[in-house]
Amino acid sequence: MSDRLVIQSVTKFFGSAQNPVRAVDDLSLNVRENEFFTLLGPSGCGKTTLLRLIAGLESCDTGKILLDGVDIAGLPANKRPVNTVFQSYALFPHMTVADNIGFGMSMQGKDAKDIEKATADALALMRMENFGARYPSELSGGQQQRVALARALVNRPKILLLDESLSALDYKLRKDMQIELKRLQRETEITFIFVTHDQEEALSMSDRIAVMERGRIGQLGTPQEIYHRPVSRYVADFIGICNFVAAPSLGLSESGHIGFRPEDATLLIREGQQPDVAGPIVHGKLDALSYHGAVTYYQVTLDSGETVTVADHEKLPVGVDARVRVALLPDMLIRCAS
Amino acid sequence: MRLSSGTKLLLPFLAVMTVFFMAPLCIALGYSFMAPDPMGGVKPAFSLSGYQQFLYSADLDGNLQWDTRYLEIIFGSTKLAVMATLACLLIGFPMAWFMATRPAHQRDAWMILITIPFWTNLLIRTYAWILILRSNGLVNRGLLETGIIDAPLELLYNPYAVGMGLVYSYLPFMILPIYSSLERMDWRLVEAAQDLYATRLRILWHVVLPASVPGIVGGTILVFIPTIGSFLAANLLGGGRNMMLGNLIENQFGMARNWPFGAAISVLLIAFVMIGLMLIARRGQGLKGVVG
Repeated sequence: MSDRLVIQSVTKFFGSAQNPVRAVDDLSLNVRENEFFTLLGPSGCGKTTLLRLIAGLESCDTGKILLDGVDIAGLPANKRPVNTVFQSYALFPHMTVADNIGFGMSMQGKDAKDIEKATADALALMRMENFGARYPSELSGGQQQRVALARALVNRPKILLLDESLSALDYKLRKDMQIELKRLQRETEITFIFVTHDQEEALSMSDRIAVMERGRIGQLGTPQEIYHRPVSRYVADFIGICNFVAAPSLGLSESGHIGFRPEDATLLIREGQQPDVAGPIVHGKLDALSYHGAVTYYQVTLDSGETVTVADHEKLPVGVDARVRVALLPDMLIRCAS
Repeated sequence: MRLSSGTKLLLPFLAVMTVFFMAPLCIALGYSFMAPDPMGGVKPAFSLSGYQQFLYSADLDGNLQWDTRYLEIIFGSTKLAVMATLACLLIGFPMAWFMATRPAHQRDAWMILITIPFWTNLLIRTYAWILILRSNGLVNRGLLETGIIDAPLELLYNPYAVGMGLVYSYLPFMILPIYSSLERMDWRLVEAAQDLYATRLRILWHVVLPASVPGIVGGTILVFIPTIGSFLAANLLGGGRNMMLGNLIENQFGMARNWPFGAAISVLLIAFVMIGLMLIARRGQGLKGVVG
């Protein structure tokens, strides 16, 4: 697959000249054609700024933004063939749903008949055929979200930018929209760049993820790479739960810290019990356990004084303060820079 | 009679409304149906003379003749008020836009600058314009001394001077409502329009103007009503040669000593404005889903 978008050493300053803040700091990345690409990071990491730079709503101070090989960094937002789904949806309150969806095409001077047809198709794609004449204030949050999506997608942009687009929805609706977004991306074959701070959302939806850290990319890779082979403690901590203990505590003859995911360890509660796979085993005391239905988390304080979390599908017959052992899967140990 | 507590709470409001708003209007309405007392005031007798004089004048024999002088004054006043309101809108909207797009801490300063003229009496401010516009006033002296003109221009005592005075006096009433609309506008809509290929002009037309409709309607009402009834600018800057409705009313209560006629014109003016407002309100109902 070829690159749709290439970002080359882009930097964006905010704040005053005396006290500049690098919102995006010498950042480079590539997004492929027809890819579901996610920018993931905590608030203030620069992910939304990067999205706005791509949209043209901010201008970068240095660097290039190549879309299909052409530098668009100097173009204003209305000349870029990319469209955005805003976090607040930003639907025009004085226009009907149909007029909102047709706005982009009408601004491009498209034929009224084409606009009408494309709008109807977009409404059908969103399964909102009967909502064309309504006003945004008459729609629920989820419906507004879908109109905002339709308004952007109807223009067949080269890239669709989604800025924390699901964060305003409640849990159930968000899950539905995640599936809906994946379906839309498959059906429209448009490159999606999705900004979120929700690591679960990023893992479940993305082809590739860029984890951002203070205006830079902490790691860029597939969800599996990011989850199982994080390059830094920052990335490992941001994506899911990750235990870090000093290597000597695990009986390993190396320096530094070793990380492991809760599900990559087994809690041994009986004397002499052996794990399925041989690996490092450490002793400790069970501090707390929390039952989550599909999984139960066990918090164990190791004899070295470090605290780790272990996950098991079963609710084990064990009580707080019991002596336990934690067996680690040797292949799943995470060694990364701290 | 027992009153519910809700009604009791309304009483102070109703009392104020009655004393300060309803009573004067009722008196004006009553006077408009009475006969004039040559010494001023009214004779307590029913008469339609106030309304009759509007369209007919009596010759020496007492015969009534169709007379369009007052209709012309109404037409002239309305025209001037419409022009002044339009001018206020054309000047006020960009100014409101300018203020609303300043950083938050600068906006308050601009607000104060806009309202500073209100700290001085309108009469004095209008009089100041005479000093600026008269033959040896600031403008003419400046133009003469720079050699742009040879003889002073007649800037005063014409409809333009009156219009200018009206625009000057009522411009803030246009700026402030539009400013408050623009300030409350969701600027993310502008970004969304930009993202959807709209040029600056089209953003102004399709996004900013619709969002400022409440302010424009409010400003237009606040400017049009006082200008159509104003008399100060016409008196001072028009030199009495350009009579407006306000001057006509003022004259009937003053020099002409024809209170019923003055009251009748007032009542007609109020009726005219109320019909206009009702039309706007009805249109506003239809626009509710759009604007609100």
